[in-house]
Formats: sequence, C-alpha cells, structure tokens
Amino acid sequence: MAEIKLETIAKAFGSFTAVKGVDLKVDHGSFFVILGPSGCGKTTTLRMMAGLELPTSGRILLDGEDVTALPASARDIAFVFQLFALYPHMNVRQNIAFPLRCQNYPRPEIRRSVEETARLLRIDHLLDRRVGGLSGGDRQRVALGRAIVRRPKAFLMDEPLGALDSEFRRLMCGELRELHDRIDATTVYITHDQLEAMAMADQIAIMNQGRVEQIGTPQEIYDRPASMFVADFIGAPPMSFLAVQASLKRGDRSIKVDGAPIEMPQLFEDRAEGSFALGVRPENVSFADGSSLRGRVIGAEYLGTTQIVTVTTANGQIKARLPSGSTVRIGETVGLALRPDKLSLFDAVSGQALSSALYGGHHG
Amino acid sequence: MAEVALLDVSKSYGAVEAVRGLSLSVAHGEFVVLLGPTGAGKTTTLRLIAGLERPDQGSVMIQGRVVTNEVPAERDVAFVFQQYSLYPHLSVYDNLAFPLRSPARRMDEKTIRRRVQQISELLHIEHKLGNRATALSGGEMQRVAIGRALVREPAVYLMDEPLSSLDAKLRAELRLELKRIQRELGTTILYVTHDQIEAMTMADRIGVMSEGALIQLGTPREIYERPNSAYVAGRLGTPVINLIPAELLGDTVPPQVRTVGLRTEHIRISTSDGPGPRAQVHWVEHLGDQNHVHLKLATHSLVTLADPVQPLKAGDQVSLEFDQPLYFDQAGNRVGADGWRGHA
Repeated sequence: MAEIKLETIAKAFGSFTAVKGVDLKVDHGSFFVILGPSGCGKTTTLRMMAGLELPTSGRILLDGEDVTALPASARDIAFVFQLFALYPHMNVRQNIAFPLRCQNYPRPEIRRSVEETARLLRIDHLLDRRVGGLSGGDRQRVALGRAIVRRPKAFLMDEPLGALDSEFRRLMCGELRELHDRIDATTVYITHDQLEAMAMADQIAIMNQGRVEQIGTPQEIYDRPASMFVADFIGAPPMSFLAVQASLKRGDRSIKVDGAPIEMPQLFEDRAEGSFALGVRPENVSFADGSSLRGRVIGAEYLGTTQIVTVTTANGQIKARLPSGSTVRIGETVGLALRPDKLSLFDAVSGQALSSALYGGHHG
Repeated sequence: MAEVALLDVSKSYGAVEAVRGLSLSVAHGEFVVLLGPTGAGKTTTLRLIAGLERPDQGSVMIQGRVVTNEVPAERDVAFVFQQYSLYPHLSVYDNLAFPLRSPARRMDEKTIRRRVQQISELLHIEHKLGNRATALSGGEMQRVAIGRALVREPAVYLMDEPLSSLDAKLRAELRLELKRIQRELGTTILYVTHDQIEAMTMADRIGVMSEGALIQLGTPREIYERPNSAYVAGRLGTPVINLIPAELLGDTVPPQVRTVGLRTEHIRISTSDGPGPRAQVHWVEHLGDQNHVHLKLATHSLVTLADPVQPLKAGDQVSLEFDQPLYFDQAGNRVGADGWRGHA
C-alpha cells in the first residue's frame, strides 16, 4: 500500500504543455481513476507517477518520500499497459514468475509467490498450461498475475481493458476491483470510459486539457458536477443544458426559463445579469401536461427498460429518460417537469457550477 | 425486393464452423444489425457478402443476382472497417474523392466535386475538406472513412464495428448521425457489432448470432420483449436479465418452467410489507446514469435499475412483486415464445 501525492505537477513537450499543474492525492488502499478524453494529459500524468517521464515542474511523493527524480526501477510500482503481452513460449507459471526471476529471488520464494498469486486470481489449475491455448480472460489474468506477483506498493494501469469487447470488459472490471480489495492494493487507473470509472473507483479525477476539473466519488461527480465539462463528459446521455439569461440573488429558489419559473436548489451566491446554463440529467426529466416549460419531441431511442426522448425547447435541447412503456409521438408538443432538488446551475461563460443547496454550499 | 440475401450459407476454417446454415435477407433501405459476442460469425458473414470469403455451401444474392462466385469488385457493395484506413498523404477531399476516381467509374471531376461536397455536409466535415487526413481528430477520421464508403452508391453498405475504436461520447454522437444519414439517404446497411446499445438504437431489425448461427431476427422491441431463448434475453438489456430458478417463485409459474427471467420492468420493489417474497438490498452500485440495486432473494442475487425517486440503501428489507416475467423451459427456450403475447 502506498500514498501517492502530486504537487503542482506540470509537463511540457517542446511548446506543447500536456499537464498544467496537477495536484492530487491518492490515499492508501484507494482505487483512484483518472478519467478524461484522449489528449487530456491523463497518460502523461500516470507516466510521471511511474517515473517514465520527468515532470517539468512540481513534486511527486510516494509515502511522503520525494521520488520526483527517481527512475521507474527505483520506485516500488507496477505498471500495467493497455495490451497485455505474455511470453508465448513460456507456460503460465514461467510467465508469472518472470519479474521475480529477473530480480534473482530464491527459487522456493518464487514458487510460493507464484502459487499464491495464481490462487488469488483463481488460475492455480492452469499453472502448467502453455499460454497459447488459454481463453482471452485467462490470458488477462495471467498478465495481471505477472504485475501483482512482486507485490509493489502501487499499481498504475493505463487502460488495461481498452482492447476488450464491452461484455468482457464489464466482467474484468468486477474482477479487477475485487482483486484490488483482496490484496489491499493502491491502484491508479486510467480510462476514457466513464462506465469503467463509475463501476470501479473510490475516487475519480476528471481531466481536461492538462488540468484536473474535479476530484470526487463517482456519485459526487455525477450528482454535483463542478463544471459543464464534467456534466457533459459524465452520463450517457450526458446532462442537458437550458440557456438562461438572468440576474441571481443568494437565497433564490427558482429561475425563469423562457418566462416560466423553474424551481431549483437554493442558491448560495449573488450574480449580476449574465448567461447561465441550467443543467438537468435525463432521469430527472418527466412529461407534465400542465408545465409551462414546453418543447417539441424530435426523437426517441429505444433502450429496452427505458427510452431516451429528445425534446427541443426555446432554450435548448433536453433529453429525458422515460420508461419504454410510455407513448411518445415525434413532433408532439409536451410540457416538461424537472426534478427541483437535482438541478445544477452553471455560469455559461466560465462553465463553473454555482454554489447552491445541492452543492453543499461549497464556495467556488 | 431484398438488396441482400443469404441462402443457407456455411463457412468453415479447418475444424471451426464460423457460419452455419445462415439465411438472412435485408430489404431495400433497411438497417440490419448483427449482434453477438466475439467469434459468433458476424464478421465472416459480412466478408461472405463482400466476396472476401467464398462460402462452402449456400448462395449469396445482391439485388436479386447470384454473386456467390463473383470477386469483390464485381459486387456492388462498400465495406467500412473498424479501423479507419485513410490515405495519410491526401487531403480529406482527395480521400473522399478517391473511390469515385477509379478508372472503372470514369466520373467527371464536376460530378465528383458535387458528390464529395454533399457527403461532407452530411457528415459535418465540410470545413475540413482542405485538411490533411492526419490532421484530424479520431472522430473526424472515422467520419471520413464512413464518408468514403458513402460517396459511392452501392446496393449495400457493410459495416464492421465502425464505431468501436472511438470514445464513448463520440460513439454516441456518430450513432445518431449514422442513423440520421441512413434515413435521409434511404441506404441499405448491414452492420456488425457486439454493442447492444448500437444495435437497439440504430437497427430496424437485429439478428442475434451465436456460434455461427442466426438464432433470432426481429425489431429491437421484439428481441427485447419477446426473446425466443434465455440466451437471446441475456444479449439485450442493462443490467443483464436476472435468471433465477422457478422454485423461488413457488407455484405461481407454469409447470414446464425451469427458469424465470426478470428485468427491471418485471420487478416491483416495495419498502412496506407486501404479499410477495422478501428480499434484502445488498448494495447500490452507482454507475452514473444508471444506478443498479443488488438484491438478495434467498440465496440468489437480483440486479435491477434503481428508481430515482425510490431511495434504497444497503440493508433495507423490501418485498418484491413480479409483473409478467419471462419464462424459460429446461432447454432455455421461452415458454410460449410463438405468439404468446400476440405476435405483431
């Protein structure tokens, strides 16, 4: 187990700054996911933690010790890459034992560690099989075995499931998280897949253009996105935004959208006349005949249990997640009700969320 | 008339039967999605239609013409692969124009220009026509790759997981765009994926494949609501359908039923005492847009979609009610699968 701390880490490649001052702390035993679109700087951040890149500025602390300038080999960290590579001419036992043999561990100890690792991964019955004949899942488990057999302080994983099909990925997510708990590991995991992040993480850091936009538990990030970027990146479909022009006062509990007052969580700040975006998640939208917020249905996507209905209003497009049983007619005009306690309000210029009762009164 | 028809087609590679006795027809203007896990035979099916593989038996027809023995170039199809393959040294415009400049076509530059312009507008990449193909984002490159197939007007487009290399957000956007374009142009598409969301949101009809065979073909709603087997029921729906032994439901189920399939819409959870079986909330999994409630019913676990207005937490005791669940027999076939709830 380890605690990893990044202090204002930055990395430039020539004139391009990939990481622009990232501060974050990964607690002992935490499963920490860095999530973001391609090019957001998440892989560079991970490579700096591993010692594969030297930061341009800032410090990296591993269990309180400054390791910023230490090479990868001097940090007790295992790195798992996107494509698991096994040695095809070796059997499972030899593959898992490889990192220990490289470090000249005594034979009996290698044997014990390999067998214990195989038991953890439930592949102990496969130890003497050649890797060529294994199923995809077992090959992944062998590759993981090779990463964990050394029992490093921390695991850094760069989209280890990226190459798998969705069904199998879901299964491996569960296994990885369970393994993390069983061996009491500290894991930093990188992905662009929000479902993976949501399913596995204790904490998620969302990165965008070299900066951390928000750090929080999956539920916090989903329910209280700190910015429009986060709100739009998380959720499938993402949060919908209604454009509003308003001046706001601390204590306000509603906002006028196209003349219709919409109830929202109590506001904790004053704002002069300006552009705002009222954010609502699809499951918090329902049809309500009497509502003065009206729009026209332009599409419905059938998803089995639910359907996603897209409605255009004068202030923007709203997506609603409704039961598949409810009848929706394309072209029809409907009234929309938004669940008041779940609405976010953003400054449309800066993209930052306004402080409100929903956001627990954080002052940004 | 069917644009594409496969009649009892089989294809083996050595001892592996990749496609077994497959018959399928795709109508003009129809969007058919073949759904199945890796190794189900989906890609082989596409390759057989394209002429990249020859069937061991059976025949392939395109627009009523038997093409089984024709080479790919003679068949009127366009193939879009998973990995975009663009000419890196050419501009977006030249990449799109390339298929039209083939000597076999002899299309004049004016017609080519009009066609490229039209397709690039459809794909919202008209402002990138002058860019080098390598100076595009992943999503734009894949749009160009799709566009290169669309500039031609073949009888059918064959698409092999064209969106799977893109990130989730982009995939969702292109999914909607592809469906819109298909509707606007009235094109015929046979599309292969292992992603059930792509299948449900884009397909007019879904063909579920397993081990080389087509095991059910129907509209997304038919496949979801009236699967002919427990296997098919497990292909669609998130969370995955719960399959529990019939004994747990006592004598409320028909006698030949061995397994009961329960989806979220079949399960009613009430926090007050009810007549139904008691269960315990094991944990609530927050997946963002959908939160899954894991319930313990005797020794079995059930996973259902959380109702946003019914807050449940680990440890809660609840009572369950089941509304028209799916019933499966010993062999996994759905009881009353043929016309049970009235076939549309």
